[in-house]
Amino acid sequence: MTLETIDLAAGPEDKIILRGVTLRVPKGSVTALMGPNGSGKTTLAYTIAGHPAYRVVKGRILLEGEDITSLPPHERARKGLMLGFQNPPEIPGVRLLNFLAAAYNRRFNLQEKLIGSPRPELVKQAREYAVKLGLSEDFLHREVNVGFSGGERKRAEMLQILLLKPKYVILDEPDSGLDVDGVRMVADAIRRLVDDGVGVLVITHYARILQFVEPDHVAVLVNGVIVDEGGPELARKIEQEGYGAYVAKMGGDKGSGGGL
Amino acid sequence: MTAVRVRPLKEILEAGVEGVLGFQKPYPKEIEIRGRIERSLIEEISRVKKEPDWMRRLRLRALELFYKLPMPRWVIGIEEIDLEEIAAYVKPKAERAETWEDLPLWMREYYSKLGLPEAEARFLSGMTAVFDSEAVLNLAKKELKEKGVILVPMEEAVQKYPDLVKQYFGRVFPASDHKFAALHHALWSGGAFVYVPPGVKVSQPIEAFFFIGSELEGQFEHTLLVAGENSYIEFIEGCAAPMLKTFSFHDGMVEIYAHRGARVHFYTIQNWSRDIINFNNKRAIAEEGAHIEWLEGSIGSRLTYTYPTTILKGRGSSTRNVSVAIANGPYIKDTGGKAIHAAPNTKSYIVSKSISSSGGLTVYRGLVKINRGAKNSVSHVQCDSLVLDDKSKAYTYPRNEVDEPSAEVGHEASIGRLSEDQLFYMANRGLSEGEAKALIVLGFIQDVLRALPLELLGVLSKVIELEFSELGALG
Repeated sequence: MTLETIDLAAGPEDKIILRGVTLRVPKGSVTALMGPNGSGKTTLAYTIAGHPAYRVVKGRILLEGEDITSLPPHERARKGLMLGFQNPPEIPGVRLLNFLAAAYNRRFNLQEKLIGSPRPELVKQAREYAVKLGLSEDFLHREVNVGFSGGERKRAEMLQILLLKPKYVILDEPDSGLDVDGVRMVADAIRRLVDDGVGVLVITHYARILQFVEPDHVAVLVNGVIVDEGGPELARKIEQEGYGAYVAKMGGDKGSGGGL
Repeated sequence: MTAVRVRPLKEILEAGVEGVLGFQKPYPKEIEIRGRIERSLIEEISRVKKEPDWMRRLRLRALELFYKLPMPRWVIGIEEIDLEEIAAYVKPKAERAETWEDLPLWMREYYSKLGLPEAEARFLSGMTAVFDSEAVLNLAKKELKEKGVILVPMEEAVQKYPDLVKQYFGRVFPASDHKFAALHHALWSGGAFVYVPPGVKVSQPIEAFFFIGSELEGQFEHTLLVAGENSYIEFIEGCAAPMLKTFSFHDGMVEIYAHRGARVHFYTIQNWSRDIINFNNKRAIAEEGAHIEWLEGSIGSRLTYTYPTTILKGRGSSTRNVSVAIANGPYIKDTGGKAIHAAPNTKSYIVSKSISSSGGLTVYRGLVKINRGAKNSVSHVQCDSLVLDDKSKAYTYPRNEVDEPSAEVGHEASIGRLSEDQLFYMANRGLSEGEAKALIVLGFIQDVLRALPLELLGVLSKVIELEFSELGALG
């Protein structure tokens, strides 16, 4: 049971950033995707999640064997694929709890009105998770991401993921903008997801978050290509040595991906 | 009898909210009057209605004005209507009923699909249903009767309460105002007359529902609401039509007269099918200390022109004027609130929330006029537009005419656009594009809807959800 990409080439509009990425994210484990800035990490996240501006020119995306390469993003989500955004956008006018209720009804195919009172059990659960993530209860009544600090946005993303119980989740830089306590809370949440059998792909530039959650598998993305793979020791190696060696190996190739 | 027409899939998919009613079906009509808008046609309508002579003369005077008045220059699309092509008066074959059961079956089916009998039973104190040009149902519940509130079709009021009608009819919105007001006064038919005696507070709303059943007809219903001193009433206006092969024209009018200390809440949920050209004339006069609350929800129709207006005639009178307009598809909503401050210490609060999507155009056209001597009057206008894609547009034309130095007039405007990243984010939480838009639209208007009766809020939310659902989405 995996989420996987096979020889995926893709990018925004007519650019090609990913140049044949094959990656497996098994259920109930943590896969870390590491790479320097501009290596295509977020492009991979957006492409897997189905951002309409990102085009797949080659390869496939499989969700437990089902080809989802051309599915619209909301259908991917309803099948249990979610992305925790690095910079989630503001949704003015829509309160977090109402947003959660609408998403919850769709995720679990409940034949309820799009807009209506949230189910009591959902409200109860949302409050519990909010407290665990260090958010106050009235946070649920604020408009989605509007005026949230960087740390609050990250926590709100985790809150949504915990409630919507995806089968696979991609976390794009889940610890950026968080203090140590925040990183710990996010790490706890990731462990909880893994215990529940969720396949987690953590996208990160630094190894910091990986000190709190040990990955089962680490892949290194440089210039749109997976250049190395290994166990948790690979993350530690990168923490000490950086990406210099990989970038050097890619040599003159660096930066040419965009024009392909 | 009824022809079965197989509807192509595309048509069904595009139907959206109109899908509830489907395509126009033939039904029996008793009288249909069409032709040149001239004296003989007006007299024929008056004759059919067995009107007293004074009303016939009012109509003919309005006809003269119709000839004389110029076509308003800011109206797009209406000047192309060939009035000769349109039936000026259509009476469906149905006796006026006092219960839903007494209506012909084909008509009841329409109303049932719209959930009207259920709504009426649950939370209304009375209802008038106008089908084409005539009121086919008038239902006044016990509360109204006990409290002496009059709710009758407008024609019946002309016969039964001529003194009251003469006193108010055309006094708030005269035929001389503009060409379509004159046309309305010449051709008016159907509508409700409501009189609330002084001191009477009606606990449940009254609703008038307007239905246009076929193409190439005009509906010119006239609603006149008189609220006695210190009375209170909530009035709901709804409208619907099936899909038509061509179009029909609506040129209705609402006149409200609120006496000293009265409060009138007037809510409209306009959800015509895309084949209706909708011209509305709504105006209220507020005497001393009276309060008028408008909510104009413009959702359906091809073209809508509506500008509910309050004339703050008495000292300390006030108005809150909310318009919500949605242009989803290649349609135009030209709407806005107006307030005329004609006395000291008057207050107006005008809010407009417009949403344009899938090539729609919304226009806010408002007016705040503060006459000299309307000392210490206060007005605040807030115009918020939400544009859901690059194909759609929103324009704002506020106008202030302030002739009183002690008045305070404020204006705020904002425009919001929906980005691809917001849609993607919401899609990633399992919401389709239509659902995401419905959620954002409801969020955008939620604060102005807070004052609505709960049932009405439910109806409006459902209509907006349907409007942006996959089935309703265009383009």
